[in-house]
Amino acid sequence: MTDRKFLPAIALAALAVTGCATTNSSNDTASSASSSEAAPLGVDGRAPYASTYEAYPGTPTALVGATVYDGKGGRIDNGTVLFSDGEIVGVGDASLSTDGYTVMDGRGKFVTPGIIDIHSHLGDYPTPSVDAHSDGNEATSPTTPDVWAEHSVWPQDPGFSRALANGGITALQILPGSANLVGGRSVTLKNVPSRTVQGMKFPGAPYGMKMACGENPKRVYGSRGQKPSTRMGNFAVNRQTWLDAREYATGDRSDRDLKNETLAGVLDGEILVHNHCYRADEMALVMDMAKEMGYKVSAFHHAVESYKIGDLLRENDVCSAIWADWYGFKMESYDGIPENGALLSQAGACVVIHSDDENGIQRLNQEAAKAQAAGARMGIDIPDAEVIRWLTLNPAKAMGIDGMTGSLETGKMADVVLWNGDPLSVYSRPEKVWIDGALMYDAMDRRRRPISDFELGQPGEGDVK
Amino acid sequence: MSIRSKLLAALALIALPAAASAQDMAITGVTLATGDGSDPVEGATVVVRGGQIVAAGRDVAVPGGMETIDGSGKWVTPGLFSAMSTLGLWDVGAVEESNDEAAGDSPFGAALDVAPALNPASQHVAISRAGGITRASVFSRPSSSIFGGQGAVVDLGADPDMIEKPRAFQFVALGEYGARIAGGSRTSAHALLRNALREARQYGTDSRISGVPSRPPEQTTGDDIPLDPRLADNQTERGDDVLLSRFDAAALVPVVNGQQPLYVYAERASDIREVLALKRDFPNLRLVLVGASEGWMVARDIAAAGVPVIADPLDDLPASFEQLAATQSNVPRMVQAGVQVAIGGLTGGTGDQPRNLPQFAGNLVALSKIPGASGLTWGQAFATISSVPAAIAGYGDRYGVLRAGAAGDVVIWDGDPLEVSSSPERVFIDGVEQPLVSHQTRLRERYRDLDESDLPKAYDW
Repeated sequence: MTDRKFLPAIALAALAVTGCATTNSSNDTASSASSSEAAPLGVDGRAPYASTYEAYPGTPTALVGATVYDGKGGRIDNGTVLFSDGEIVGVGDASLSTDGYTVMDGRGKFVTPGIIDIHSHLGDYPTPSVDAHSDGNEATSPTTPDVWAEHSVWPQDPGFSRALANGGITALQILPGSANLVGGRSVTLKNVPSRTVQGMKFPGAPYGMKMACGENPKRVYGSRGQKPSTRMGNFAVNRQTWLDAREYATGDRSDRDLKNETLAGVLDGEILVHNHCYRADEMALVMDMAKEMGYKVSAFHHAVESYKIGDLLRENDVCSAIWADWYGFKMESYDGIPENGALLSQAGACVVIHSDDENGIQRLNQEAAKAQAAGARMGIDIPDAEVIRWLTLNPAKAMGIDGMTGSLETGKMADVVLWNGDPLSVYSRPEKVWIDGALMYDAMDRRRRPISDFELGQPGEGDVK
Repeated sequence: MSIRSKLLAALALIALPAAASAQDMAITGVTLATGDGSDPVEGATVVVRGGQIVAAGRDVAVPGGMETIDGSGKWVTPGLFSAMSTLGLWDVGAVEESNDEAAGDSPFGAALDVAPALNPASQHVAISRAGGITRASVFSRPSSSIFGGQGAVVDLGADPDMIEKPRAFQFVALGEYGARIAGGSRTSAHALLRNALREARQYGTDSRISGVPSRPPEQTTGDDIPLDPRLADNQTERGDDVLLSRFDAAALVPVVNGQQPLYVYAERASDIREVLALKRDFPNLRLVLVGASEGWMVARDIAAAGVPVIADPLDDLPASFEQLAATQSNVPRMVQAGVQVAIGGLTGGTGDQPRNLPQFAGNLVALSKIPGASGLTWGQAFATISSVPAAIAGYGDRYGVLRAGAAGDVVIWDGDPLEVSSSPERVFIDGVEQPLVSHQTRLRERYRDLDESDLPKAYDW
């Protein structure tokens, strides 16, 4: 949200909107948001707004000779990555047979899993950033668990293409904003252009639910003379909301109730909580609230103070989705430091680098490198392969899709980026990006890049961007 | 010379404890980037004496008896220049009372002057200093008026005086942003701007502040109806028809006379062309374009007009209808067309922090490897954050370069400064070594571990 840098009032207004928290999970099966209480079937007997995405055709491909980061902390020099029919077939050294594959020379290049952004507003705050496109915050009630971000996503947002081409983003979670204590359901997308949001929905990904701590909800509603106007008001409204949801969830659930269906999905462990929360003390309170009410936080987002409670976060198995170095733009971000990620890593807590920004999503690899370097300067050395995990398997885990993507492992989705250099260098860019084994971006082929409807016939159409 | 130097001298006289003094030194064996657009050279030496650069290059001898710093494995550059920053004007962006970036309810516009609002003790100054930034231009964001007021050139030294040059430039917003302030349309923004310049010209004449031609050249716009001279000059029978307060009018006198540069915010190609056209009616204007997301589409015109640009570094999205053609190749394409381009406008604590200037410049180099994109050489990219912004601010030979006679603003880096893994190890301003501590570094040290077995963290300081 940093467009119009010279005129930053707009950026500040948009920032007010970020936040997250997820319940933990690497639960592939709970994933079918398409069934069960997480989203009751429609009268037609089908899951509502179900994914219609199917992988595009691909060629059996062998990437050979590159440095491979597998996303789960491993590194293979002069490695081989094989994929076919949309799946990873093999990952290993130069001894892997490439018979039957189109061999691509990766010498001097690097291979990683597709980059995953756990915190994006592409589509619900798309560009152009005009009021008519401002669909990320249903700021009419402090708790709106009934709204679903997918109903706001504009698939023609040009930001998806930039995230793909410059950031190597293959999957991303679109969250409601943070004006509300409970902002609504998130949606996880494959970064594949589509005429419909259903055509982008990540098959089998669980839903998330966005919550927000701190300044935003109390400001938005307090300024209207409404509850909450304080942090204690935030908790009061949250707790009563959970108590009501528990009552619903322990009943027969026969009456359709969109709000409680979402909350009950969280209590069932099928919907993952992504909680925007900056301050360490508030995160500690939220983790206790989750225990009190019987749910789990998957990740704190924008967790600039996580480094103060790395031990608590490790013990509670909650990820911290963070920027590398953002700080100071609002009071609750004042204690942000670039060493946050490294200190969390040192404490054994889960680190995820996120963007919350249509520009930052194009450079998550660089942000991770900055966070790594800040650690190195204070004596915390984190291997490159581990840093890549912050952008791949860790966000996949916090989003509940780690059984399907996030690492280069046999049988997983062939979501793969070939970088033209070290992905932790400022000088490197994605050269090719595959999603489910289909080549969706190729820097060397000008036609192999998506252009949204919005950009057709307008100045700059087809430019490299 | 500078106010700062005078003050430092005064400080020395009253013997403030630890009033740091300029250090004479030679840094040897370094990879040197001079900031002038050339590529870095290895095995170089930089000599600093009396707060100034004596020599920088490969075949530089170390004067006898001079303290020598072994720079093997290090990079040395001039201090970076953060163009169009708001350093010193804010503490927390969204805490209004701590933020002097804009004056939304002020009766004044052009008269606003950032100088008295600057706080050298701001954390953002300290954090930027630790990022290798030694100089900056600081602007006030247009809010109640299309004019933001008068910006300053500052240094980031850890001393009481931040101001190098007050009232260094005026800033006006056109385009969508200016239109909104002006009453809802670009038409009004242009009318307000022209009226303001006309009133300033008259005000300047009336008060004999400076001479302007008594009869301006006839205004024509092709075959169209000629522009009424009263929209551009002083020949008006309604001299009391004024919109500007006296303060605002007075502030614009040096602008219309060409003594003070006018920075103009515009993004769209057509808006940029209109900015360039202002010189037809107000020939003395010294224009600087700010923003210019679509500058690459009119790069030849900008180059021909000799107007420098302070551009958004990497904007590549149609964030608004005036940025439809935004591309990361914008800056390189303008540079290749001969435009003097700095990157700047980093005003926040998010992705747009001044300390990320090198990262943005590095990305401009990365573009060189992408077919169809336009990139910069390393030297060109580094110049967009050093010598070029300094030159646009009027300090082309003083700041942002390492050459004899330039200020002793020197940064020793642990690696390639444009690489995201690198950072400054030592920073000198006017030859004075700077502290690199901040609220952030103190927090880092406190939370290096989470051990509270003896006492709470609050006692760990």
